[in-house]
Amino acid sequence: MANGTLQIKAISGHAGTVPGKNTSRDYDVCKLIDVTTCIGCKACEVACLEWNGYPFRETVFDNTYQTMPDTAWNYYNLIRFNEHVNEDGTLSWLMRKDQCMHCADPGCLRACPADGAIVQYTNGIVDFQQENCIGCQYCVTGCPFNIPKFNPTTKKVHKCTLCSDRVGAGLEPACIKACPTGCLHFGTKDDMKDLAETRAAQLREHTSHKDAGVYDPPGVSGTHVIYVLHDINNPERYGGLPKDPRVPWMVRLWKGPLKWIGNFGMVAGIIGVAAHYMRFGPKAEAEPEESKK
Amino acid sequence: MSATVAVPQTQHAGEIERYTFAERLMHWLSGFTYLYCLGTGLAFYSPHLFWIAYVLGGAPTSRFWHPIVAIVFVLGTVWMHVLWSRDMEMTEGDKRWLDGIQAYITNHDEQLPLADRFNAGQKLYYWLMVYGALFLLFSGIFLWFPEYVPRQAAWVRRVMILVHEVAALVTIGGFIIHIYMSVFMEPASVTAMTTGYVNRGWARTYHRLWYLRVTGQKE
Ligand code: HEM
Ligand code: SF4
Ligand code: SF4
Repeated sequence: MANGTLQIKAISGHAGTVPGKNTSRDYDVCKLIDVTTCIGCKACEVACLEWNGYPFRETVFDNTYQTMPDTAWNYYNLIRFNEHVNEDGTLSWLMRKDQCMHCADPGCLRACPADGAIVQYTNGIVDFQQENCIGCQYCVTGCPFNIPKFNPTTKKVHKCTLCSDRVGAGLEPACIKACPTGCLHFGTKDDMKDLAETRAAQLREHTSHKDAGVYDPPGVSGTHVIYVLHDINNPERYGGLPKDPRVPWMVRLWKGPLKWIGNFGMVAGIIGVAAHYMRFGPKAEAEPEESKK
Repeated sequence: MSATVAVPQTQHAGEIERYTFAERLMHWLSGFTYLYCLGTGLAFYSPHLFWIAYVLGGAPTSRFWHPIVAIVFVLGTVWMHVLWSRDMEMTEGDKRWLDGIQAYITNHDEQLPLADRFNAGQKLYYWLMVYGALFLLFSGIFLWFPEYVPRQAAWVRRVMILVHEVAALVTIGGFIIHIYMSVFMEPASVTAMTTGYVNRGWARTYHRLWYLRVTGQKE
């Protein structure tokens, strides 16, 4: 979704400078998801559909409470349910709100070849601009969280916008507004980090969740969606949250050194043949008539 | 397949037919489809070259046509293989030619083993493009339909992008030399590939074995 009121600090597939880079003192925004107080009511899923104007899509029943197996191009936000059996035989019913993490170092944006198809605002929101998208799905390859989803009809990719259109107008995201338990919070990154650490400390001190902690993965330079988890050492239990997400090294190689080597090679090749022409010149003209030997 | 001596026509009197009509059609079909894939591919390769996609009708258009035109390029290459693979087999002489390639680079062609219809450099470029096309096709299909690659096999998509890009860069290296050789170093070869004919002196100088064969002469 385009948003004119937000300054841009990074643009995909873009040659040259970017208007908002190092010029803005905008706060980094952040969504805090305290999974320990999520009751799996899915109010956020409904609010997301409502705000983004999508109809409810078809789904499959797979014997769980989960609305559908995975997020979709018109279903950005999904509560993942997992019934985890603990070592002492008790059951943990884990619920995690899954959506784009709005990485500070977004693999989707790094991988995207199209100028302006993905932008990052100075407040940290990563937003897809479908009018510039070419449908190559490189973003899917670059994302460590399996977030961007392809619409096969329009050949465009969509994902959670962190309600950039609401945030740009000074409102909180729709999911935050809908949450009945207060498990979702929205504010500056510093405030949310503070709140999350306080809550995690509270869990460690006053409950049996001695490993409670905050998920703000450093491998992608932190995210603008953070979680409080009961067990920070096993994020995979929460519907496959990666333990140490990073932009895949092959994507870095492809977008980094390989470009430089390739560009150098092509330019050197052209200069090389030009230099050869100047040094040695063309092959001698052959005699038009057959020379009798 | 080697060409036969031309039936003398007024406009090509005294010349030798080097490429049949089918060969020329095949060559330019492969060439221009390659060029289109090169342009659109480079647009996705670098933000600094993304403008090429605009020139060629817009970025989504380029993404749509790049793989389809590439299929035509591959078909052209298959056709090329049908017409030329026998002429392109490397011989003992070619190995010596490649050992002495320094002489070719410095324009001392007289020091090299005699070339047949194609010299060893041309053969090398041919095989580079044949294998390049195979690698580009194989990896390109994964890039074309990434939505069918399951999430668990995400690494396949990453590997295929790398393979595609490296294969493209290798063919680009050959392509630069190919264009340079034919347009600047031996301009007669462009005429040959458009009209189909070369003069006898050129054939005798640069492709002696072929010249002797098609004119029925003995050294
Ligand atoms: C042979 C069949 C081929 C297929 C099926 C194919 C398909 C693709 C696809 C689907 C992409 C991703 C971008 C896009 O979606 O358009 C791509 C990228 C690319 N293609 Fe091809 N292609 C083929 C041949 C070629 C050829 C002949 C070249 C010429 C050099 C080429 C050069 C490139 C380059 C440079 C990229 C960009 C790689 C990057 O993003 O770094 N491709 N190709
Ligand atoms: S979670 Fe994926 S889609 Fe979202 S910003 Fe990070 S890399 Fe991009
Ligand atoms: S599909 Fe993804 S990577 Fe490709 S242009 Fe669209 S947003 Fe960019």
